[in-house]
Amino acid sequence: MSAPHDVHESTGIENRKLAMWAFLSSEFLLFGAFISNYLLFKGRLPVTDALHPVNFYDIPFTSISSFVLLMSSLTMVLAHHALAEGDQGSARTWLLATAGLGVTFLGGQFFEFSEFFDAGAGLGVAPVWSSFFLLTGFHGTHVAVGVLMLVILFVISLRNDGLSEAQGLNLELVGLYWHFVDIIWIVIFTIIYLIP
Amino acid sequence: MAGTLTRPTRTVFRRPSSTDGFWGWVTTTDHKRIGILYGYSAFFGFLIGGIEALLIRLQLARPDNDFLSAAEYNTLMTTHGVIMVFLFVMPMAAAFFNYLLPLMIGARDVAFPRMNALSFWIFLFGALFVSSSFIFGTAGAPIGGNLPGGAETASWLGSGPNGGWFGYAPNSLTTYSPGSAMDYYTVGLQVLGLASLISSINFIVTILNMRAKGMKLLRMPVFVWMTFVTAFLLLFSLPIITAAVFMLMFDRQFGTVFYDAAAGGDPVLWQHLFWLFGHPEVYIIVLPAMGIVSEVLPTFSRKPLFGYSAVVFAGAAIGFLGFGVWAHHMYASGITPVAQAAFGLATMTIAVPTGIKIFNWLGTMWGGKIRFTTPMLFAIGFVSLFVIGGLSGVTHSIVPSNWQQTDTYYIVGHFHYVLFGGAVMGLFAGLYYYFPHLTGRMMNERIGKLQFWTMFTGMNLTFAPMHWLGLQGMPRRTWVWFEEMGRGVGLWNLVATIGAFTIATSVLIFAINFIRSKRNGTIAEIDPWDARTIEWSLPLPVPAYNFAETPTITKLDDFWHRKYGEDDEGRAVPRPDLAEYLARLVEDGRNPKEVIHLPAPSYFPFLVGVGIFFLAYGLAYLAAGTGLPLLVTGALIMIGSFVGWSVEPLEEPHDSQEVDAV
Amino acid sequence: MNRIRGFGRLVPLAVMAVVLAGCSLTIQDGVLDSLAPEGPIAEDLAGLYWLVFWIATGVFVLVQGGLVYLLIRFRARQGDESEPRQVHGNAKLEVVWTVIPILILAAIAVPTVSRVFKYTECAPDAYHVDVIGHQWWFEYRYPEAGIWTANELVIPTDQEVCLSMESDDVLHNFWIPKLNGKRYLVPGQETTLLMLADEPGEYFGHCAEFCGLSHARMRMRVIAKEPSDFEAWLAAQDLPAVEPTAGSLEAEGLELFNSLACSACHLIRGVNNSSVSNVIAIGPELTHFASRGSFAGSTLEAEDPDALAMWLADPPQWKPGSFMPDLDLTPAQIEALVAYLRSLD
Repeated sequence: MSAPHDVHESTGIENRKLAMWAFLSSEFLLFGAFISNYLLFKGRLPVTDALHPVNFYDIPFTSISSFVLLMSSLTMVLAHHALAEGDQGSARTWLLATAGLGVTFLGGQFFEFSEFFDAGAGLGVAPVWSSFFLLTGFHGTHVAVGVLMLVILFVISLRNDGLSEAQGLNLELVGLYWHFVDIIWIVIFTIIYLIP
Repeated sequence: MAGTLTRPTRTVFRRPSSTDGFWGWVTTTDHKRIGILYGYSAFFGFLIGGIEALLIRLQLARPDNDFLSAAEYNTLMTTHGVIMVFLFVMPMAAAFFNYLLPLMIGARDVAFPRMNALSFWIFLFGALFVSSSFIFGTAGAPIGGNLPGGAETASWLGSGPNGGWFGYAPNSLTTYSPGSAMDYYTVGLQVLGLASLISSINFIVTILNMRAKGMKLLRMPVFVWMTFVTAFLLLFSLPIITAAVFMLMFDRQFGTVFYDAAAGGDPVLWQHLFWLFGHPEVYIIVLPAMGIVSEVLPTFSRKPLFGYSAVVFAGAAIGFLGFGVWAHHMYASGITPVAQAAFGLATMTIAVPTGIKIFNWLGTMWGGKIRFTTPMLFAIGFVSLFVIGGLSGVTHSIVPSNWQQTDTYYIVGHFHYVLFGGAVMGLFAGLYYYFPHLTGRMMNERIGKLQFWTMFTGMNLTFAPMHWLGLQGMPRRTWVWFEEMGRGVGLWNLVATIGAFTIATSVLIFAINFIRSKRNGTIAEIDPWDARTIEWSLPLPVPAYNFAETPTITKLDDFWHRKYGEDDEGRAVPRPDLAEYLARLVEDGRNPKEVIHLPAPSYFPFLVGVGIFFLAYGLAYLAAGTGLPLLVTGALIMIGSFVGWSVEPLEEPHDSQEVDAV
Repeated sequence: MNRIRGFGRLVPLAVMAVVLAGCSLTIQDGVLDSLAPEGPIAEDLAGLYWLVFWIATGVFVLVQGGLVYLLIRFRARQGDESEPRQVHGNAKLEVVWTVIPILILAAIAVPTVSRVFKYTECAPDAYHVDVIGHQWWFEYRYPEAGIWTANELVIPTDQEVCLSMESDDVLHNFWIPKLNGKRYLVPGQETTLLMLADEPGEYFGHCAEFCGLSHARMRMRVIAKEPSDFEAWLAAQDLPAVEPTAGSLEAEGLELFNSLACSACHLIRGVNNSSVSNVIAIGPELTHFASRGSFAGSTLEAEDPDALAMWLADPPQWKPGSFMPDLDLTPAQIEALVAYLRSLD
């Protein structure tokens, strides 16, 4: 057992990837709990109809920020592709682009939240609002953690003269995580914003 | 045997180089040492939780007792549950997983040695955090209520979490549980859950990927299988409890209204979420013990496990069904009759795989040559007591009669038969069985047997009467009971208290035996029990690198088949050169033929744990305003350590900790 | 031999356990004993329990008996060095011990499911009472008669009584073991529970869900009366409170009730109707306090004047967390209040 990548792997899937899959399956249930929570409270009206979140959603705005996040998955794929081609420079650029798009999405979420607060929404206005903020905020935290990992990866790539699969934290793992967070957002966007 | 470290790579700090002493333990990434750390911590938890149980039993020994105040009783009742579940049984099972898993599948370590250390340190700091609520926590009357004597807050003994281990909302909300006590519960459960999540992922990957050549899934020891099922149960049930306590934390601190009925929230939601985790949790607690028993019974019956694949699939079925029965904790909570009937039927089905396991264990002993060693006595005790717990469990599926028994001592009696009679007896079987493995010495058998009989007697004296207490109408979680409940209630409460002290005596006997045997027990030769699985093919105590040469597996119970053949009638026949063979195993096991690289020690798992420790206090006191600096400090330590971690290679590339070839 | 002695020790233990258990089950003097039912529903539930109990006992005896038998028969004997046959399993047996439990469970599933539906919904002609749970007492409102009372639920015999229950604060659990099983009281959600008594009498109960600091001091009683007595009781409860004669100790108590904080939380009809909330009760209504046998969550006997004095002197001492504070009453004040409260029949 001299290095993690030439360990005998009974399933043929690399250890860290398998671990990430297991972790994400657990995360999926966590998001599932928060999403069902929103659906449970969605039908229970708050004090007045006008205060229901559906009357607050700005679908065009959120569609744009969802698109931004979707694009970040694309840049992530490009970063991965560049690394596979051995093009460290492009890989770094795409990494930064992914992080940038993530930050843009977070900015959009911050803007959205502050708009809602100004219009009279709040954590304690009704359980459906509690669920909304918890779910989207929890997702936002995941995006923020992803951005942090991308930045760390970038710094490592500068220090170590490039990215390598042998590092504890590698591009493929962060990519898996990032795509997961994006897919979850598509689910959230569809269930929370689009389905009336 | 420990190797030398010559040129550690400079990362943030110098790489730790010591493998002994305090820092050796703090920075260790050896799964065996981590297992031992888990074991000692868990045993300490057992002692604390046990002392709490004794205080509770003293209070309940007679009617209207004033030995404890209501606040103290509620805190002890809550933390007894939390400690026994999260700080004793689960980490004790984790100790066995850590120690045994790589040895049983022929691996050098787990898949992620540093993550393994990380899960231990998060667990330990989480445990310290929860326990510190007795010192730093505050609890009082519900808002508007009054404490006796005009006191502002409860005494220190009543300052821990006090809403029950099940933390039912809305009683656990700030209005009814002001003070920080329940914040220790909400945050503590998240921290402990994180530790379990990390280790479950680690075990899943280890089992899937790190098996020795030829160790097919259906050649794995049953203990490994039960670990596997348990890890999946953890993986899928922990997110549910995390969501539940996360929401409770937000309700308590940040003004959300998930469980607050006055604002449209739903208190029953908490019950669904809690038991959707809580019921699989029961199997998380008992499956590891079932795994141990499935190893011990064949060894001392000198027969293979009867119906290996039936036992494995029954274990998986129990795990699977465990997610579909949660509402049997809620028959009285006002759920619809259709739901009650459906969950009643689902609960009945669990009895079938449980029965399959019991019958196969009996089948294992049938026709064997049973040797009554201490581990075997505990394993038999497990089977016998678990039958009782299982049968009283079936009575819960009878929904209408459960309306009478739920929330009474009948339930307390039932689940202690499952968790004490089951899990604890199984874990003690494991402790006696693997003691030579850990220490290279044998545990004293005479004292061991004395301990078994004391514990078996005490256990029955304590928990059997609780069934009658419940049927005679004693509700759970009451700090006093009253005389009109009848002479039966008086008698059985007294008997249960005597039983509790009998159990305490047996634990004391165990501690004495452990310390004595560790110092001057008989030296254990290789394979002292004439066992079946490959971890016993190692010289004792086990070298740091486990297997000098990774074994190749050809059969279930591979080690046994290397020692024994079979004659025409199917009777076991030892190989003629058995003694020489074992001597050769010792010789080869202690002298590896090639350089073995081991995961190097690391500071970072410990440091991440420290970060999370601060983070936890920060979260618990965030709304109170004092938490923010702690939160920031913790987050910085944690993130910084993760960065350091991610640039630190698992092993030193050139001059790693090596075991020199001879 | 050592092993035999091991099992020899089991025998007296087992005998002792059985004898003690037998004794215990014959002592049925407990007021909450669910195996000494007194109403038809509770009798049916106990019958179901006993059915399952005996089936379980049968399984228990077979399995434990089999275990003890095989431990004795297949113990390793000294001097016998032979090895057992290495049997790996038996598919037929696996099927047998999978199918038999399924059959047994199917048999007990039938009475289970039928009773779930039978006892969960109220009959259309049932008599309705609303139950409200408070920390730490139960409140009862009779919507047809328009009266409120606390701690002691009075019901007519031989008529199904349908309790519509809700909690005002945390979860509670209404449980009168001798009449029926239990049901939660949930804030914001209504639950129902049937009560049926065929004999007049006093039936004890206990809140069964952990409800905070004084959970152990939250009890209640059901008083079943013949229908005619029940009607008379309703009529009497409908009257306003008796007025004490001027100058008496009772009158002094009434004055204290009004001048101290008492009247802010407790309603006495005819005394402070307007000053206390009619929507959510803070403390129990006291209009006919003396007609009830118990108070303080049915944990103290009303006929005991010392108990009432003890309660008034320091409520949180008896019921920690109590919303009724220690009012620093003087012994003379307590004496007057006790006299007044005991006159409210």
